[in-house]
Amino acid sequence: MAQHTRKGAQFQAVTANRLADGIVVYLTADAQWSESLQDAAVAEGKEAAEALLAKATPAVEDNLVVEPYLFEVVREDSGIRAASVRETIRQAGPTVRLDLGKQAELSGVHS
Amino acid sequence: MQLIKNGSFIEDQFVTVGDDEALPEGAAIVSLERWQAERETLRARNAPVGVRLKSGQEPSVIAQDLDKLAVVALEFPAYRNGRAYSYARLLRERYGFKGEVRAVGNVLRDQFQFMIRCGFDALEVADNITPEIFAECAGFFTAFYQPAADGKPTVLSLRQRLAARAQAAG
Amino acid sequence: MYRYDEFDQQIVNERVAQFRGQVARRLSGELTEDEFKPLRLMNGVYLQLHAYMLRIAIPYGTLSSRQLRMLAHLGRKYDRGYGHFTTRQNLQFNWPALKDMPDLLAELATVEMHAIQTSGNCIRNVTSDQYAGAAKNEIEDPRIVSEIIRQWSTFHPEFSFLPRKFKIAVSGTPDDRAAIRVHDIGIQIVQDAKGNIGYEVYVGGGLGRTPMIGKKLTDFVPKEDLLAYLEAVMRVYNMYGRRDNMYKSRIKILVHEIGAEEMKRQVDAEFAELKKAGTLHLPLEEVARIEAYFRPPAFEDLPNESTELNKAVLADPDFANWVKSNIAEHKVPGYAIVNISLKPIGGVPGDCTSDQMDAVADIAEKYSFDELRVTHEQNLTLAHVRKKDLHAVYEALKKHDLATANINLITDQIACPGLDYCALANARSIPIAQRISERFADIARQHEIGELKINNSGCINACGHHHVGHIGILGVDKKGVEYYQVTLGGAADEKTAIGEIVGPAFTEGEIVDAIEKIVNTYLGIRTEGERFIDTYRRVGIEPFKENLYAAH
Repeated sequence: MAQHTRKGAQFQAVTANRLADGIVVYLTADAQWSESLQDAAVAEGKEAAEALLAKATPAVEDNLVVEPYLFEVVREDSGIRAASVRETIRQAGPTVRLDLGKQAELSGVHS
Repeated sequence: MQLIKNGSFIEDQFVTVGDDEALPEGAAIVSLERWQAERETLRARNAPVGVRLKSGQEPSVIAQDLDKLAVVALEFPAYRNGRAYSYARLLRERYGFKGEVRAVGNVLRDQFQFMIRCGFDALEVADNITPEIFAECAGFFTAFYQPAADGKPTVLSLRQRLAARAQAAG
Repeated sequence: MYRYDEFDQQIVNERVAQFRGQVARRLSGELTEDEFKPLRLMNGVYLQLHAYMLRIAIPYGTLSSRQLRMLAHLGRKYDRGYGHFTTRQNLQFNWPALKDMPDLLAELATVEMHAIQTSGNCIRNVTSDQYAGAAKNEIEDPRIVSEIIRQWSTFHPEFSFLPRKFKIAVSGTPDDRAAIRVHDIGIQIVQDAKGNIGYEVYVGGGLGRTPMIGKKLTDFVPKEDLLAYLEAVMRVYNMYGRRDNMYKSRIKILVHEIGAEEMKRQVDAEFAELKKAGTLHLPLEEVARIEAYFRPPAFEDLPNESTELNKAVLADPDFANWVKSNIAEHKVPGYAIVNISLKPIGGVPGDCTSDQMDAVADIAEKYSFDELRVTHEQNLTLAHVRKKDLHAVYEALKKHDLATANINLITDQIACPGLDYCALANARSIPIAQRISERFADIARQHEIGELKINNSGCINACGHHHVGHIGILGVDKKGVEYYQVTLGGAADEKTAIGEIVGPAFTEGEIVDAIEKIVNTYLGIRTEGERFIDTYRRVGIEPFKENLYAAH
């Protein structure tokens, strides 16, 4: 399973792709999958993060999502931000087509 | 594990024996190392004997003994490792081996037809493979561009046949 | 161009049915992702950063108008109204749903197209020269043997689980527009003293982590033996290529480790056996059958000079510029090769909207015998346009933002999708290309600079071919920040060369200025008629290094 998180990351969330259409989704606190990073459950510390990732397993087994993994986030007043360039792009859409992807469809997307 | 031979599910007549195990009375498949170590004894056996080659052990190493072998089992350690496709073709097309060429290891349904085309006539498959699944997978494609070990007519030969017929008619 | 017969169509249809079943089994859970992944890869389906990506094969880059219109339609129906042309002459859609792919592929099959073997550890799309059938010094149309190789390599039962991917390219002229020397197998069509057509075969070229130039294994394979020769190369690779380390699994590593001499010896031994067996002997009638599809179209008998063209060039300076950069010489008098730039200033290199595809299809149908080509530099080519029609073609292209006059100039860059789209990337590549394009937008300046190929890759996999750019830009990740490493002196033509790293990487904020410094260095020291690459070959890397890293 891909890991895209810095060692020693304090806050992490879980993301995956929906099996049927490939769209990026985030694991929420009640084990649902939302297209918005703002709905993601945030785990603090290594143990909580591993527990959160484990909560993704049923959705894999039920063929809802593929390749879930942990990634680092930052909590701010404005909401949850992805820490890396890669995950920032992933929660928004291509930076070269601002008319496509979540940045055009959802609110709360950050750059 | 189930064994499919020439399209039929059969009981495996052969016991695959470990290097340190005693040989059974009946049909046995041994490793290449054991074959090489006990070659004379094994060649002299009355019961059928076979050799199991791992990835990296080419058929050329047993080419001299093919006359005495009932089975050559070729391992697929992972489905991604496609060396055995070449080994099977060499056994059939280079060395003229007429015995059983058996695919063992990570043998997945989506590879059945490729394997058969390369000259495998026996496949060791997972328990969930049914005759229907086998038939479907072994017959996915009915036209083949390139010649292989199965001797099936290629698209080229079919084109030539059509052209000849057209010429004869015209 | 080639037209499927019943057998070609049958094979594609059977594949569509097979994949439909595999997708259904995946969606129902009967197949796990681990079991499904190699199957979907062999059907060109990747899981990327935002969604699935589908890579559709465009064999040797040739398309009919009908096929291009289908791509336009599929882009609208199943995607977001655009596609991306790649450095292997294929088309990528970035947003198709897995559940829609069987239907998409079924529609594609109705126009004799597919996504077979555009990914996975198998033989990929055979690429070739976009000027095939039109170039002046062509020895033979390379698409004939490319089609023969395509058929032989499709669902080859022995070579579908190779150590790694396998890419073949064919060139039919002494000028190599297909980058054959950086392919796993590169084929150069040649003629012997008696005028017989045969093939030079290069093996072990490639880019990526360990760029290497292919080694010539044979000077001349006769046409009827080519498939036996290729089968010999593939068998040696399949048996002896490394499978222990994904980064050491390409054939170039095998050639490097055992040496070209030993590789040749093994291939020759296998080739001798295969020739003896005779099953791969290529019958002349089959070659003739395929050749017939690539016969020249019904060219008119025209004077080489066109008064219409000359008048239009004098009347319209923008058109004149377009003719200067985008038109190449055709072997038939009165005709020209038209290059369509998919690199508008500040645009995404290689992207094409469905509307643009429809427009190009109309233009190709009307003005170029219903056919167009995709180039490995992410542009399009209309191979056979009457000179007298060039102005009309230009006007039609202009309406759809397809008349950028920059072919082979500095703003005609290659860029991989990079971190904007690709799950493998370390950095974005497209925005860098866009900023460079904007910096050098001025057409007079572009012509002053002359031929200069800048290739952008977003990671070491080098899909942007940065190693063989005159200037190569490789995006890297340094502690979470995107940096850009520059190489100089690469070339993808018959003088193939791997670029040299010039020095420490630049930030996003610095890279465009760095490119400008490199350009100015060149302009300052070039002699009359020297292109950038010529100057570099004369003076080496030092003057560029000095100016780039001089104390600020």
